Amino acid sequence: MSLAIKVPPVGESITEVVLSRWIKQDGDYVEMDEIIAELESDKATFELTAEKAGTLKTIAKEGDTLEIGATVCSIEEGGAAPAEKKAEPAKVETPQPASKPAAETKSDSYAAGAPSPAAAKILAEKGLETTTGTGVGGRITKEDALKAQAATKTAAPASAPSKTSAPVPSGARGERREKMSSLRKTVAKRLVAVKNETAMLTTFNEVDMQPIMDIRAKYKDKFKEKHGVGLGFMSFFTKAVCEALKEFPAVNARIEGEEIVYNDFADISIAVSAPKGLVVPIIRNADLMSLAQIEQAVVDLATKARENKLAIDEMTGGTFTITNGGVFGSMMSTPIINAPQSAILGMHNIVERPVAINGQVEIRPMMYVALSYDHRIIDGRESVGFLVRVKQLLEDPARLLLGV
Amino acid sequence: MQYDVVVIGSGPGGYVAAIRCAQLGLKTAIVEKYATFGGTCLNVGCIPSKALLDSSEHYQNAAHTFQTHGIKLKDLNVDMPQMIKRKNEVVEQTTAGITYLFKKNKVTSYQGHGSFVDKNTIKISKADGSSENITAKNVIIATGSKPTELPFLKPDKKRIITSTEALNLKEVPKHLILIGGGVIGLELGSVYARLGAKVTVVEFADSIISTMDKTLGAELLKSLKKLGMEFLLSHKVTGATVKGTKVTVTADDPSGKNISLEGDYCLLAVGRTAYTEGLGLENIGITLEERGKKITVNEHLETLVPGIYAIGDVVRGAMLAHKAEDEGVFVAEYIAGQKPHINYNLIPGVVYTWPEVASVGYTEEQLKEQGRKYKSGSFPFKASGRARASMDTDGLVKVLADAQTDELLGVHMIGPRVADVIAEAVVAMEFRASAEDIARICHAHPTFTEAFKEAALAATDNRAIHI
Repeated sequence: MSLAIKVPPVGESITEVVLSRWIKQDGDYVEMDEIIAELESDKATFELTAEKAGTLKTIAKEGDTLEIGATVCSIEEGGAAPAEKKAEPAKVETPQPASKPAAETKSDSYAAGAPSPAAAKILAEKGLETTTGTGVGGRITKEDALKAQAATKTAAPASAPSKTSAPVPSGARGERREKMSSLRKTVAKRLVAVKNETAMLTTFNEVDMQPIMDIRAKYKDKFKEKHGVGLGFMSFFTKAVCEALKEFPAVNARIEGEEIVYNDFADISIAVSAPKGLVVPIIRNADLMSLAQIEQAVVDLATKARENKLAIDEMTGGTFTITNGGVFGSMMSTPIINAPQSAILGMHNIVERPVAINGQVEIRPMMYVALSYDHRIIDGRESVGFLVRVKQLLEDPARLLLGV
Repeated sequence: MQYDVVVIGSGPGGYVAAIRCAQLGLKTAIVEKYATFGGTCLNVGCIPSKALLDSSEHYQNAAHTFQTHGIKLKDLNVDMPQMIKRKNEVVEQTTAGITYLFKKNKVTSYQGHGSFVDKNTIKISKADGSSENITAKNVIIATGSKPTELPFLKPDKKRIITSTEALNLKEVPKHLILIGGGVIGLELGSVYARLGAKVTVVEFADSIISTMDKTLGAELLKSLKKLGMEFLLSHKVTGATVKGTKVTVTADDPSGKNISLEGDYCLLAVGRTAYTEGLGLENIGITLEERGKKITVNEHLETLVPGIYAIGDVVRGAMLAHKAEDEGVFVAEYIAGQKPHINYNLIPGVVYTWPEVASVGYTEEQLKEQGRKYKSGSFPFKASGRARASMDTDGLVKVLADAQTDELLGVHMIGPRVADVIAEAVVAMEFRASAEDIARICHAHPTFTEAFKEAALAATDNRAIHI
């Protein structure tokens, strides 16, 4: 009996996935629910698991693009499970004392990576956690520890420094190579594609944050009490962006083939730093939400992102993106559009700067804002106008109420 | 004078710390209150007690085993003054060796009582009444410990004595009443029991050397009883009085009944207390721990005052010379910016009775308490050819290994020369060897170390060869 394993439906808007990697190989014995392959969509990666135990027969190849429901592989019932797991007993049939596999050289001992007392001290002083152990059972010998140090030394440039050059502090200069995760590869591919395929440029402005800070100072306790969520900057920015998008619909649009698709709703993507990398969950219909609802949505999405619990649905779609480099201390940046969207707003840190107000120099909490946009569908007038509008709404939040 | 490091106390912790500091290029001074260097260990502890243990062991053999060996002796006598004189010569040579090592390593030494004026200034009060101040960037407190006294039982140092006086008796006691069944008491008790004294041990706990693996205490008890020592376990001493040359010790037996013992000497050996008297710790804001009067230190052996370190008996952990030595090296290297490490679980404990007792790692009781799955293998010296040849067949080696990985978790020995044999187990455990590793390492024949190999075989797979 063989069972065909198909690409499972992974999300509403996902029609195809890429087989990024076979974890099990053709002919391998797999247990039920064991992970056999890694699939990725343009949003995330998934694991394909065996629906029953048996011998794997691969059908699709790594790198293949597969539609949902397409057959990836099949599993033949039965197969040589024990033989696969324990190679040694199988050899009993041919009694050849001399050919016993040299299990001793394997470093799967409980003591693998255990440094000798001298090696431990050397490693600690090099700031190294561990190194390859060549001792019995993979133990780290003094020589291993010394070599770990020597290897980093020889990695330094070989060119002889001239006598006058200042002493170079010696330290670990090792290289580390890691395979890119599928998510990282996808992100990399898409960012380069956006740079190549759009006519992207950035416009800047600055926002006097004093009015919003005053409102927050005045109402943050009451807001928290009433809505159970803190009043941050994100809600103001989202609200201001939604207002401005209504006035500049091209900023909320996207190109599809030879057509421009305008949206009469605003789904705002929020860039969040998650353990696996950057993710961009979406606040749906943000234009219809209250400030409190937006704050709550931001908290929910950020929490899910940090816990890797975002569903594909929650990251699919979006008409405009807000990214906040300010949380990391960025003063100014040119964000990259989150394709197929056409524009992205970059928030930055708030810094007290002297500004001229009514002919007087005043110290105000200022933030630079940046709008990167696809010039193919957004003209300079619209992009600059959009950003100025956002600035106006933030500097005088009463306008948000009045729609002026 | 300005120093990088000043060490207070020249015992095995202090002098080793000073030498290591000097080796590392630090300008180092050491302050010692007594006339000779070396602290308790060299003057009134490890070294003199071993000198007397060896002398008394020779006498014990001459008196009891030579005949069996085929050696006849007439008019065998103990010359106590000569025994003490030889012991003193050993001490003199050893302490003189420290003076030489200080000179060789350019450690400046000061004779006098060191105390803190402030965290960087040490006042040295000398015997002639003068004093001198020296300053230091770092100070290492290595002032050691003193015999613990009981509030209701003050040693008069003539009839009620501590270990210090017990090393300088002019006669062999007729009846030595020993309070405390710990390492120090049993070693000194052995000395006098071998020399012909009646020795009665009064111990509060229900076993002797009670911090070690229970098997060792039980085995040692058998051997010491053979030597003629008597034991009153679970007895609570209530007092002692001296009348002329007689000492009367009173105690409560396990049922709470009063008993009294009469002897000519009473040796009080109920442990040691950290010694920090007159150190001026109050001037730098260091307070002592409630229990044991020890100085609190962090994992780098640094006190609450930055730049002030403490090592050895004045800080937490076992009161052992070799532990203090390792801590001395540790602090010296730490001050010099290195990153040393001490594996406190692998500090061996040794008792120089005969048979000797030695131990490293976890005891069987500790493993049970941790709920760890372990295997045990032991081998008696009775089955060792080497032990039979020397007529030292008391004792055994016990190896405890992880049930799953076979890694050595504890090694406990009682038998001939096991104080030396234990080193092999410490090395093996530092390298996380398994019981089978020991069993597969060639051990010279015939040696006492074979017993360790056989016990390891027993622990590996219950396949000792010689039993």
